[in-house]
Amino acid sequence: MSGPGTLNLQRPTGRRTFVDVTMRVLAWLAAGIAIVPLVWILYTVISRGAPLLFTAEPDYTRVCTIADRPADKSEAAFQRVTESDCTGANPDASYRWVVGGSYVAVGENLRADTNSVSRDPSGRAGTVVGMPGSEGAGSIRTPSLQWWTTDLGATPDQVPGGGVKHALIGTLWIGLISSVIAVPLGILGAVYLVEYARGKRSAKVVSFLVDILTGVPSIVAALFVYAVLITTLGWSRSTLAAGLALVLLMLPTVLRSTEEMLKLVPDSLREASYALGVPKWKTILSVVVPTAFKGIATGVVLGMARVMGETAPLLILLNYARNTNWSPLSNTMGSLPTMIANAANLPQSYPGADRGWGAALTLILLVMGLNLLARWIGRSGKLKER
Amino acid sequence: MAKRIEVSDLNVYYGKFQAVKDVALTVEPRSVTAFIGPSGCGKSTVLRTLNRMHEVIPGAYCTGSVLLDGADLYADGVDPVAVRRLVGMVFQRPNPFPAMSIYDNVVAGLRLNGVRDKGVLDEAAERSLRAANLWTEVKDRLGRAGVGLSGGQQQRLCIARAIAVSPEVLLMDEPCSALDPISTLAIEDLIQQLKDEYTVVIVTHNMQQAARVSDQTAFFNLEAAGQPGQLVEMDATEKIFSNPSVKATEDYITGRFG
Amino acid sequence: MTDIQDPTRVQLPPPNKRPDAAFFGASAGAGFIIAALVAFIGIFLLVTAIPSLRKNTVNFLTSTQWQVGEGDLAFGIAGMLWTTALSSVVAMVLAVPISVGVALLITQYAPRVLGNTVGFLVDLLAAVPSVVYGLWGAAILAPAVQPFAQWLQDNLGWFPLFAPGLASSGSVFVASIVLAIMIIPIVTAISRDVFEQTPRDHIEAALALGATKWEVVQTAVLPYGRSGVIAASMLGLGRALGETIAVMLILSTTNDTSINFSLFAGGETFASKIANNAAEFDSATKTGAYVAAGLVLFVVTFAVNAVARVIAAGGKARS
Repeated sequence: MSGPGTLNLQRPTGRRTFVDVTMRVLAWLAAGIAIVPLVWILYTVISRGAPLLFTAEPDYTRVCTIADRPADKSEAAFQRVTESDCTGANPDASYRWVVGGSYVAVGENLRADTNSVSRDPSGRAGTVVGMPGSEGAGSIRTPSLQWWTTDLGATPDQVPGGGVKHALIGTLWIGLISSVIAVPLGILGAVYLVEYARGKRSAKVVSFLVDILTGVPSIVAALFVYAVLITTLGWSRSTLAAGLALVLLMLPTVLRSTEEMLKLVPDSLREASYALGVPKWKTILSVVVPTAFKGIATGVVLGMARVMGETAPLLILLNYARNTNWSPLSNTMGSLPTMIANAANLPQSYPGADRGWGAALTLILLVMGLNLLARWIGRSGKLKER
Repeated sequence: MAKRIEVSDLNVYYGKFQAVKDVALTVEPRSVTAFIGPSGCGKSTVLRTLNRMHEVIPGAYCTGSVLLDGADLYADGVDPVAVRRLVGMVFQRPNPFPAMSIYDNVVAGLRLNGVRDKGVLDEAAERSLRAANLWTEVKDRLGRAGVGLSGGQQQRLCIARAIAVSPEVLLMDEPCSALDPISTLAIEDLIQQLKDEYTVVIVTHNMQQAARVSDQTAFFNLEAAGQPGQLVEMDATEKIFSNPSVKATEDYITGRFG
Repeated sequence: MTDIQDPTRVQLPPPNKRPDAAFFGASAGAGFIIAALVAFIGIFLLVTAIPSLRKNTVNFLTSTQWQVGEGDLAFGIAGMLWTTALSSVVAMVLAVPISVGVALLITQYAPRVLGNTVGFLVDLLAAVPSVVYGLWGAAILAPAVQPFAQWLQDNLGWFPLFAPGLASSGSVFVASIVLAIMIIPIVTAISRDVFEQTPRDHIEAALALGATKWEVVQTAVLPYGRSGVIAASMLGLGRALGETIAVMLILSTTNDTSINFSLFAGGETFASKIANNAAEFDSATKTGAYVAAGLVLFVVTFAVNAVARVIAAGGKARS
């Protein structure tokens, strides 16, 4: 400690410094904890899903089987084994080629006579215990766009192959239907709030109701649309009905972001336009909205990202289909979220589970792509300043 | 092109508050008329009533009459939008449309009023930019953003935009108050040229500016805060600045005013 | 009368109000449609639910039964209400300290570039669709935290919340963790905004008194941002209450619908119950029962969001 007559310019010591440093560490720790799940999720989705997006399974895979192993659903039977486990000492172990790529499930019984998937050239029955993937041309995935060009209609969960065409069509239809209704309605509503009703009682009422809409859980929006369209009006489930439920979720996003942007447009621009003898409606359409365009577009894109990732309304208002279907009025339709939800219930060793991860990656790419697009729109300028 | 403005019995209200009381004045065609006076005296308000821009402010209304060459701007059935096409306005701060290029800014008024002919628009853009003394500076970058210009250039762009629609009268609400002295000089030169073709009314806080650019000067004052503003006197600029007939005017222009 | 030679007379055409009126009509109409929609949601849910509620043989609010078969209508929401509240509140308790820490790091501690990067990454969490959270939570996270969950049950099992529950991993515990991850970006973003608005003078006043960084945060930043953080937490809670698919994929449903206090039990929230049984909406009475549950969820989330808004408005008015 400093003696009398000298200034103490040391760092505060003892408890104060300890608390300060602890809190600093905790703040960094919090950031670490928040980012771990992101990295973990992205790692899982990419490592499990990425191979599916641009490659296809081989026609044949070399698998290791053990003849006397009982059909067993225990965890141990599903363990993948290394190549060395299958050779040497174990007289029952053997390699063979089977049809259908590396997704002949470990633990599955191979029989020569009945199972077309795992038809055994040698005619010897056994249980698959391992699939050493490093050897043989058949085990290498080949580049392919199959994922984007096929659906799951002919591909059960136990069988590899197939793609997301059916689900992409559904997801894009849903994004389109909800945008076509929510974007004009949301922008016009915001124009009403900012340009016509600013400061008036009606604006407060509408604004309050929009706040409520912002908080409506998607499942409640779906129930509402179910109660109106299906229970009351007697429609059947359809992509259109699901899209209408998602309008309720997209509306507040579009309206609020448009409203914020319109409020940022300075009144001087409106006055400049009026002073040129331009009527109000033209001023709004040609001066105010274009000036706020970037922000409005950002809101629209974020709203689309939100509805394309929504699942709950699709579960209630749409029956999932594995086949390609172009009509939004039909009562079955695939979609990426419902495809993922269906795959989530499968054993992880099934090819269908891997397709779930592939669909998850596809959906994340779509949604994050839209989010990044929104950021880019927000930053980019239409005109060069100098 | 230029028209005479006759204002009589003009009272302007913002809701219940009376902002301007019993103003009567005549603005001669092809001249520059300056409105001077302390803050809050209603000079900008009177200016705005000349093209009904005060109606943009919620709750504002006026009584009395404003005649443009004998036609009452406030007669029943008159469209404020049509009035503003005849009486243009330039604002205190330069306000080019940020989403538009220089060219698009100049022809915005024509385009928004339905002119589509490229030849007409090009001709109007060049004519207006030349009239605003901006043509030589921007003719090579008409496609660039209007907000990328300097403050003085932006204000001249706004003047070009206002005269592109060929108004009869040009109103200017403190057009130089946000500009540096050099840009101010350029605008003042421009105002001198504009009066050959237009009737110009300018509101200014700068008395030297009023003395330099105007032919007529109107002095507005208010008796006390919260009272409506009134027109004290209006006369030839030389007379107002050398030998005003009202003492308040003299106090104001000599700086003896509170 | 006029001394200029210009022959053109001033012409003041009557206004053409039609386009203006049409555009006003369109935008006011949009505002009205939106307002009517919201009112309609409440009314329609109520109208659909009432007939079933009439035929209900047990108390809707306090019963834990859920039987919606024809002629035998006995349903109550107590079980769902407990599971929903438990999972959401635990999620909020987990998420808020982390979010506040991240928001403080971004606004006060980290250098600008690093802070923006952290902010961007946390924002990305919000871009992950909830169905992906559900898939990851059920397939990856649940087995990974199972040993820790087992340890809690073995050692702290005397505490009702940690009482032994399911053998499998589809518990409220896992659902809460996933919900927490999902609301972290929401709470962080709002907290960050309010912390950033802390007046410079307050911070400098604290610094001038010789405060350490934490003392600055404690005396200037946190008090200023408190109402904002509380409002953000409530908004996060509102989001967690209504989350459907992630919870549905994670939680194991049980036939025993009575209230189980343990975090390690399964169960169903309002949203997951409705979604799990979407295929059952074949008769009006069944649908009505689920709609009644949805109506309760609507009211609860509305109340939570309203509280958030009141707190946020109060904070704004004070500062």
